[in-house]
Amino acid sequence: MSGLANALRRHPELMVAAVLVLAVVVIGTINPVFWQPSNIFSLLRASVVSGILALAVLLVMLSGGIDVSFPAFAIAAMYLTVKAMIAWGFDGVVLPFLMASGIGLCLGLVNAVFVHYFRMIPLIVTLGTGTAVRGFILGVVGTSQINIGQMPPELIDFARTELFAVARPDGSMAGLSAMVLLFAVIALLVHLMLRYTMMGRSIYALGGGEEAARRVGFNVRRTTFFIYGLAGALAGFAGLLHGAMIWTANPRDMVGMELDVIAAVVLGGASIFGGRGTVIGAVLGVLTFVVITNSLIILGVDTTWQRIVVGLIVIAATAVTAWRDRKRLA
Amino acid sequence: MSAILQRLRRADTNLLQLLVLTVLIFAGMAALNPERFLRPYVFQSITFIAPELGLLAIAMMVAMLTGGIDLSVIGIANLSAILAGLFFHSVGGARGPELANLPLPVVLAGIGIALGVGVVAGAINGFLITRLRITPILATIGTGQVFTGICLVLTGGPAVVGFPRLWGMIGNGTVFGIAAPLLVFLVVAGLVWFMLARTAFGINLALIGTNPKAAAFAGLRTARTVFLSYVLTGVLASIAGILLSGRTNAAKSDYGVSYLLQAVLIAVLAGTNPAGGRGSVPGVALALVALMLLSSGLQILRFNNFLVDLIWGAFLLLSIALASWRSRVR
Amino acid sequence: MTAPLIELRHLGKSFGAVRALEDVSLAIGRGEIHCLAGENGSGKSTLIKVISGIWQPDRGEILFDGKPVQGMTPREAIARGVQVIYQDFSLFGNLTVAENLALSTELQEGRSLVSWGRVRRIAREAAGKLGVDLDLDALVETLPTAGKQLVAIARALMSDPRLLIMDEPTTALTGREVEALFRVVRDIQGRGIAVLFVSHKMREMLEISERLTVIRSGRVVAGGPISEFDEASITRAMTGQEIAAEGYRWEGQPGQKPLLEVSGLTVPGEIEDVNLRVMPGEIVGISGLLGSGRTELALALFGMKPGYAGSIRLEGRDLRLDSVQTAIAGGIAYVPEDRLTEGLFLTQTIDRNMLATSHDRLSRMGVMQGGQAAREAAAMIREMAIATPTGNRPVTQLSGGNAQRVVIGRWLMNNPKLLILNGPTVGVDVGSKAGIHRKIRELARARGLGVLMISDDLPELVDNCNRILVLHRGRLVSEVAAAETSEAALSTQLGALA
Repeated sequence: MSGLANALRRHPELMVAAVLVLAVVVIGTINPVFWQPSNIFSLLRASVVSGILALAVLLVMLSGGIDVSFPAFAIAAMYLTVKAMIAWGFDGVVLPFLMASGIGLCLGLVNAVFVHYFRMIPLIVTLGTGTAVRGFILGVVGTSQINIGQMPPELIDFARTELFAVARPDGSMAGLSAMVLLFAVIALLVHLMLRYTMMGRSIYALGGGEEAARRVGFNVRRTTFFIYGLAGALAGFAGLLHGAMIWTANPRDMVGMELDVIAAVVLGGASIFGGRGTVIGAVLGVLTFVVITNSLIILGVDTTWQRIVVGLIVIAATAVTAWRDRKRLA
Repeated sequence: MSAILQRLRRADTNLLQLLVLTVLIFAGMAALNPERFLRPYVFQSITFIAPELGLLAIAMMVAMLTGGIDLSVIGIANLSAILAGLFFHSVGGARGPELANLPLPVVLAGIGIALGVGVVAGAINGFLITRLRITPILATIGTGQVFTGICLVLTGGPAVVGFPRLWGMIGNGTVFGIAAPLLVFLVVAGLVWFMLARTAFGINLALIGTNPKAAAFAGLRTARTVFLSYVLTGVLASIAGILLSGRTNAAKSDYGVSYLLQAVLIAVLAGTNPAGGRGSVPGVALALVALMLLSSGLQILRFNNFLVDLIWGAFLLLSIALASWRSRVR
Repeated sequence: MTAPLIELRHLGKSFGAVRALEDVSLAIGRGEIHCLAGENGSGKSTLIKVISGIWQPDRGEILFDGKPVQGMTPREAIARGVQVIYQDFSLFGNLTVAENLALSTELQEGRSLVSWGRVRRIAREAAGKLGVDLDLDALVETLPTAGKQLVAIARALMSDPRLLIMDEPTTALTGREVEALFRVVRDIQGRGIAVLFVSHKMREMLEISERLTVIRSGRVVAGGPISEFDEASITRAMTGQEIAAEGYRWEGQPGQKPLLEVSGLTVPGEIEDVNLRVMPGEIVGISGLLGSGRTELALALFGMKPGYAGSIRLEGRDLRLDSVQTAIAGGIAYVPEDRLTEGLFLTQTIDRNMLATSHDRLSRMGVMQGGQAAREAAAMIREMAIATPTGNRPVTQLSGGNAQRVVIGRWLMNNPKLLILNGPTVGVDVGSKAGIHRKIRELARARGLGVLMISDDLPELVDNCNRILVLHRGRLVSEVAAAETSEAALSTQLGALA
């Protein structure tokens, strides 16, 4: 048994990989519709935004915190960027994404200030910043939804790009969104950053012990600002991508999404106490989560059950993580 | 006498600061818009609305006392109200005079059901936290989803509208001209205050929150005490659910979602240490008054609800900064 | 004549009104093993933090190679060759041994990318430098204490330090491991690296160091070549007073029944077939190396090892100790090893700390009897002679000795029959140590309390116990009457076991 705990500690993604395989096999057996390329493609497409957000959550969790402000940041970045594009009559792809990421970055740095200088628990800080930012967007910027007609066309065309398409039985085409590739590239970059840069290692070190990290000579302040800044930037990027992918900029979107993403990251084996977790785990966690929650319909389960399923996933995943980490303490 | 004064000064600088804050907010609002703010109606409506939030804040404080948090309180409150509502509908029909005139024993049974939900939900949280050793944040995020999910499954989404008149009295009625919910709040808050300050259970909670290991070595039944504290939290949440449904004559799966942040905010502003060991009912009561004055003042000044959210969030951040400054001065 | 490696001149550092360091001057030469001695709270750790750049001194100056350095940061201190090995080793449990070894080197070289091949190379080099064999792929959290220490030392050596500061390095080591550590320290010295060895164990200082500096209350009170000191003079310098041991004699009365009888006590993997007796009024010492099972024995007697086998009888009654509560109900009290993390509720008042074990007794229907509780707490503060005007103060305001009295007093309020003390005076200054010892002896004598005293501090056992049991690998291996043994004899015996 403790051998299993050890294996889980070294390779947190083992658990989620097993769950994913199991989920896919069970769902695919019950309803073979699951295996249709169009279904697989849409599941992958649905994983993109949550996946990028999961990377942000992973960064914060690795350092031993928890972040619930990212949906608000994502929406703020998206809405402000789209509004600005409309106001300035600007259309494009690169600059808007830079702007959205920049907005997210700045907001993330606010989190960092509170976490680092005021030494408050990240959950409570991010609860505050998240609420304040959403209140600002809806109360000051606006509440109206920007629909497809007003959305900048280039942005939408970009999000519509497909890598390839296969023919459905009925003759129509099902394509794999290029955004999946974009997500894969971002995930790879974050993975490389965590694994092969000193900054990445300092995030693990910070999660292993803040005092120890300081003594070894890590600049804990810089690491904290990097974590929350990057998490914010990822959230901003994901927010605009979300808007582009659904052709709508809705300032009331993504409410409550933090729970889904946190659930996915925890499912991926990250520990809320920091220092444990991997990009592969987080990505697999998101895929598993999306596969399960999106397959409820083809399984014939009413969608009202989705929340219960999400909750049970969180509880089950955290119970296993707690068991794994208790072996370490014992 | 001077010893008592000295003790007051030392122990309750926090309360004093809160009192000053309350007075400042009151004076500020009164100065900005005296004709509309200084009217009995304003204060009367506070006495009806504040109690449900106050109970949630006390619940949050109790959870924080042991270094935990309960993010499922809203779910518990709504589930309690919905189950009681569905019970009334099954006894007295979905609408009409029979439902409105359900007799006292049936209403009492409904109260029993609601409180029972609080006990069971709290026990589930307590079990996950003390037996399976899941971190309170994640455990209650998970159960919160499950409780809300059950609400959705039971109602299919729309609100349960229509409660017996007697039930409505709890949320809307007056006794000797005093709002019934305020009386409920005062009684419950008084009981919890007594429990925390004067009983072995309450003092054990504070000690466990200060140092769980030392508590175990001192022979305190840590697991049982923490378990009971989550049951208490659950019951407080269900009472809030009763008040909320009584006042609005309806129950829904997503009522009071913004209360979560406000409850955390009030608890933190009240000087509760989210890391455990410190928290008091009088502090929560004062923080509640301060923030209710602020929010009704803002509404009178025609701030929309989103702006009020922005200010709540900003206030939470401000109180974090304040707490950090306070501990540095000490 | 070359300037010393590092010289401190008239350093002062205050925290609020507390003067942690005052007019501290000392010099450490190249390749010198220098011992810094002082009681807990004497300013040792403040001094380490100033030398390693974590805190800036308020007054005075620090010179490296004769040149003054202003406003030094931890990074600069490291760059000048200062490496500190803290008591907790400051390792990352969630990372591998290899990465722990390589981290500081990579940081110093200002690298921003990690090559895992290089990490392994650095790690292998580090292990080689120390001449030890380490499993580079193991997670550090899975290593035993001595293994973690080796990793910490190897890591420090990687940055080619000129001064290695070791903070109480022997605390958690067994006798043999201490020998091994001393070999390592001499080897380090052989390469021209100076070592500042921080300790309060006199035998170790006399054995390892060349020069000694003693600080007390933030001031240097003695210093010089080690040949000028002996144990008595070091004690005098550290405490400012001379402590005379009094010894404890216990005469059983004929026909007296044993208080505690333990037979065949076994906790799988921890203790094996332990048989022991304690008579009323006896103080029985338990000595043994770290890992000998002495703490586990205490925990088993306190109901924290519910899976034990064997029988435990107290006053002739069989007890089945499956929880702390049953042990307490049976009349057993336990003062744990680590006061700060296991004993005290730091942010709470003295009263609340004192009353922590008495809640059930002092409450009626769950409601605390406030008046009675306050009276009893006040009485215990007087009885234990705790230096505070009122029990309403935070317990953090107390010194180590007074805080320990609170933890002991907490148990006395329950009128226990058996008091188990694990390291009763760890981190307590010598002066107040004697007071605690006196109190324990008085309790045994006057109340007929049976005491089991576990300690690392051999003189403490010899002076306070009437019998001493030696535990090794979970078994009791010998028993001696304190009157017939001495610290030296006991220490030889323990050394032979290692």
